[in-house]
Amino acid sequence: MNVLAIRGVSRSFASAHGAATLALQATDLQVAENDFVTILGPSGCGKSTLLRIVAGLDHPTGGEVLLDGRRIAGPGADRGMVFQSYTLFPWLSVLENVCFGLRERGLPRAQQLEVANGFVAKVGLRGFESHFPKQLSGGMQQRTAIARALANGPRILLMDEPFGALDHQTRELMQELLLGIWESERKTVLFVTHDIDEAVFMGSRVVVMSARPGRIKLDRPVPIPHPRHYSVKTTAAFSELKAELMEQVRVEVRAAQAAANA
Amino acid sequence: MKPLVPVAPGARIVLGVAFFVLFVAVWAAATFGGLVSKTFLADPVSMLASGWALLTKMGFAYDIGMTVWRVVGGFLIAAVLALPLGVAMGAYKPIEAFFEPFVSFARYLPASAFIPLLILWAGIGEAQKLAVIFIGSFFQLVLMIAVIVGNTRRDLVEAAYTLGVGDRGLIRRVLMPGAAPEIAEVLRTVLGWAWTYVIVAELIGASSGIGHMITDSQALLATDQIIFGIIVIGLIGLASDLLFKWANRRLYPWAALGR
Repeated sequence: MNVLAIRGVSRSFASAHGAATLALQATDLQVAENDFVTILGPSGCGKSTLLRIVAGLDHPTGGEVLLDGRRIAGPGADRGMVFQSYTLFPWLSVLENVCFGLRERGLPRAQQLEVANGFVAKVGLRGFESHFPKQLSGGMQQRTAIARALANGPRILLMDEPFGALDHQTRELMQELLLGIWESERKTVLFVTHDIDEAVFMGSRVVVMSARPGRIKLDRPVPIPHPRHYSVKTTAAFSELKAELMEQVRVEVRAAQAAANA
Repeated sequence: MKPLVPVAPGARIVLGVAFFVLFVAVWAAATFGGLVSKTFLADPVSMLASGWALLTKMGFAYDIGMTVWRVVGGFLIAAVLALPLGVAMGAYKPIEAFFEPFVSFARYLPASAFIPLLILWAGIGEAQKLAVIFIGSFFQLVLMIAVIVGNTRRDLVEAAYTLGVGDRGLIRRVLMPGAAPEIAEVLRTVLGWAWTYVIVAELIGASSGIGHMITDSQALLATDQIIFGIIVIGLIGLASDLLFKWANRRLYPWAALGR
């Protein structure tokens, strides 16, 4: 059963001299329950635009997005999002950040704390509940952001290069942490990245997008069983898929550069 | 000294006090040394002596109380009205488009120039004094609050929407708490300006207040009293500023982090 259905979604922007620039070609994508779909593509290919449209933060110029068969019209708590930039509310502690959505729903305080404490523990931040975001490292802030999104119990978790601003080592640890949470919680995830290793390691399906105007040019299942240990990154299956994706992405990066120089 | 290298806390206090000492020393040298005539500038000692006489024999404490009450009263009325309007303008662009041009114009109207009109409308009582402070602070506050609220980080707004807040929740739980420390700083700054307006208001048509005492002293060529009055205003301004700073730090500890 599909949780998310993207049907013919396109997006064009009005440019300075009135002509419309197409950022995203009519795109179709289905995401099944418990699926972890990674969207891979060169920068500026419209993958973030697609994710923002699903989140309801941007409006498609054509097509529609259905969540559980209902057309979405704006942002909502049923689609949790983790951004690349650090978006914790700086005036709230870690625990209060995680409680944010629960409080909005009017959940009794005791229940809010119970849920929030559970997710704070899951992302390994026990002991940091009363810290303010500015007192945390980038990795810890993103872990809090993941806990905040998950605590709300969304139908689908949208992630827009959530580890893009982190250093390499922290990023790998975060990938394992998120994968572990996904393996135990079985959430449905749509994850945008430009990192091929990340796309293969995290995803049960990898979708490659073309250079601008973006469209889906490739959709591959990842033939690696769960639970995944970080050592799968050195297996033949991993390397084989990575090699294919690298070729595909390279072509698109070249195309994007050629378009920029033209 | 190297550019931008911070100074140690102890040295900071010593340096800050040192300039006050230097200032008074130059003043004392100029007056006691006979460089400046007593008619134009009183020396520090006679200034303090007449200040003491003002407080103990001439009921100057009452004048100080009146001035403080006018500043605080006029400022509070302005702040209470400016806050909701400023937040509404910052949050809703049509409301901003409606009020902003007028408020931008009104804030350049000098509050002191309204005094003759206000005396005509409100007499020379307290209402007129409060109105001067109000005109001087209200429009400034509205504009600055609107800008602060309008500058809320858009990614925080988007994050809040994906966590399920509606428009009212966004204003109450994101725009207002996020803007609060900067709004508190603006209130602190504008309170300082309110002090300059109150004195102007008291120079004309007042029967009490620090400004009234200063005009009376002018007629008597009592420069020592005038200077004492000015120093009192400075000290009260400094005290209220420090109090505000301290309160802001206590209320918004998160805003001071990582600065």
